Amino acid sequence: MKVVALVFTIVFSLMAQANAADKEMVDPLNSPQWGVMHKRFLNSEPVVFDDKVKVYAPEFAEDSMNVPISFEAIELKDIKEVVVMADLNPIPLVLRYFPNELTPYLAFRIKLQQGSPVRAAVKTSDNIWHVGGTWVDAAGGGCTLPSIGTSSGDWSSTLGKVSANIWPRKNSSNRLRIRVMHPMDTGLAPGIPKFHIEKMTLSDKEGNKLARLEVYEPISENPMLSLGVDKHEYLKINGRDNNGNIVDAEVVTR
Amino acid sequence: MTILRSVTAISMALVLGLGFVGAGNLQAAGTSTTAKSNAFDYELKAVEIAKDTYLFQGKNEDFSVKNGGNVVNTGFIVTDDGVLIIDTGISRRYGEQQRAAIAKITDKPILAVYITHHHPDHFLGNQAYSDSKIYALDETAKSIKLEGEGFRSNMYRLVGDWMRGTLLTMPNEKLKAGKTTMGKHELEFFSVDGHTSSDLAIFDRTTGVLFAGDLVFNGRAPTTPHANIDKWQKTLSALKELPFKVLVPGHGSVAKDITPIEQTSDYLNWLVGVLKEGASNGMDMNEVMRTEIPERFQSMDLVKIELTRSVTHLYPALENQFLNPVND
Repeated sequence: MKVVALVFTIVFSLMAQANAADKEMVDPLNSPQWGVMHKRFLNSEPVVFDDKVKVYAPEFAEDSMNVPISFEAIELKDIKEVVVMADLNPIPLVLRYFPNELTPYLAFRIKLQQGSPVRAAVKTSDNIWHVGGTWVDAAGGGCTLPSIGTSSGDWSSTLGKVSANIWPRKNSSNRLRIRVMHPMDTGLAPGIPKFHIEKMTLSDKEGNKLARLEVYEPISENPMLSLGVDKHEYLKINGRDNNGNIVDAEVVTR
Repeated sequence: MTILRSVTAISMALVLGLGFVGAGNLQAAGTSTTAKSNAFDYELKAVEIAKDTYLFQGKNEDFSVKNGGNVVNTGFIVTDDGVLIIDTGISRRYGEQQRAAIAKITDKPILAVYITHHHPDHFLGNQAYSDSKIYALDETAKSIKLEGEGFRSNMYRLVGDWMRGTLLTMPNEKLKAGKTTMGKHELEFFSVDGHTSSDLAIFDRTTGVLFAGDLVFNGRAPTTPHANIDKWQKTLSALKELPFKVLVPGHGSVAKDITPIEQTSDYLNWLVGVLKEGASNGMDMNEVMRTEIPERFQSMDLVKIELTRSVTHLYPALENQFLNPVND
């Protein structure tokens, strides 16, 4: 009996993996770069295209320098990591989010060089990536233009300044919105080296780390982030950019 | 230089003026190039809307390869001394076809061309009138100089071959606000703002026709890439007081009363309310973009797409008001 059960388990788990592999073959966004994305950023690990990962974006980029993107995956449990990528961007990797116990919701803005799929891949504790995404059309130019801060020369007076607020919410996670002043130069504009925030950590009053974020070049200048922060009403934010400049702030509900 | 650089960056990035073409329209490109006899024909028909006064009405659509960018209203007044033209359309081809269509109505010379504001669908046809006096308000001319090239190249992307040979032709005369008489028509030029930083409204007191440019939309959602809504509302209140008999909006059908002015104002008021409420509740841009359209605006053309665009234009400034500096 035990043997039969074991065989069933093996067969079923094989079927589940085969299923995952089947779905992986058919990218619902039909992107020529999906194979490369899968290999490069998801380590060719098992993937399912999953409606539980909701990615929101306008159908077209009105402003290629600031395309609003958000994802949520509240129906998925035990999330290890979320990877956001834009297949056809010259720098496809947008961010990695490690929400731990926090609500898997994040909103931000990105630079798009051309129309592209934008995806969120959510890795659950069973090591399967759940992938959702949408197409955004764009006129282009988003990544190869200098930031306004760098071209105007006034970025240094505001670098690392943080504005934020927490909105307490009764029936869902509290909402944290945070804006960090930073040029976020991609390195693709002639004569301007890449200069961007790399890491941000969210902690509570006692210093417990709640969530971690790795930020890459496509994130828009002066990043504006929205997060679900459960019932927290006090948060510490620490981060640094690729030149070693520190971001340091404490946010309370006001 | 500082300002110029940043403005260039913005104008490169924005899908400007009006609208957007989706992938679906690419098929139409094939259709229009294979249709030989009417290739790149805007089929402009002058409709008489008052004595001596004619309109070319554009479609209430986004720019597309299918419509060639004929999404705007332009018009002309035939005076005793010559023809006054209000806006020149999206392309060299539009301007030329507009001029040819006017020549079918009258053989009088062109006295003046007036540009209502600096959005591409209103002035890129100027090329067809490079031998004429093209008037614009000072501020409008400055904006055309700054952003015109960006608009022009973006329009090639949006409407394709319809743009062929279109070059930026600057207004060559400065228009001063106030009253003047042209060929026995008493005209009043209003230098106002709100839709952009410089909008021209032309009131022909002789016929009672008010050319409102894009300060007024009728049955089509207003566009906001350069809008200042507070100023726009003030301008709309002032336009409402004019004793016009015929109102020509920048987009949508001609009207005989203030209904389109009130509709434009009502929509803008709702829009600002949605944006402020979203910002004060900590919503992200995509959440605000998904706001349900009230029933009274649902029949407006392009209302969903314009809400999406307006959130991009106007939300960033508003949301900052609800954040606090936390590490000074």
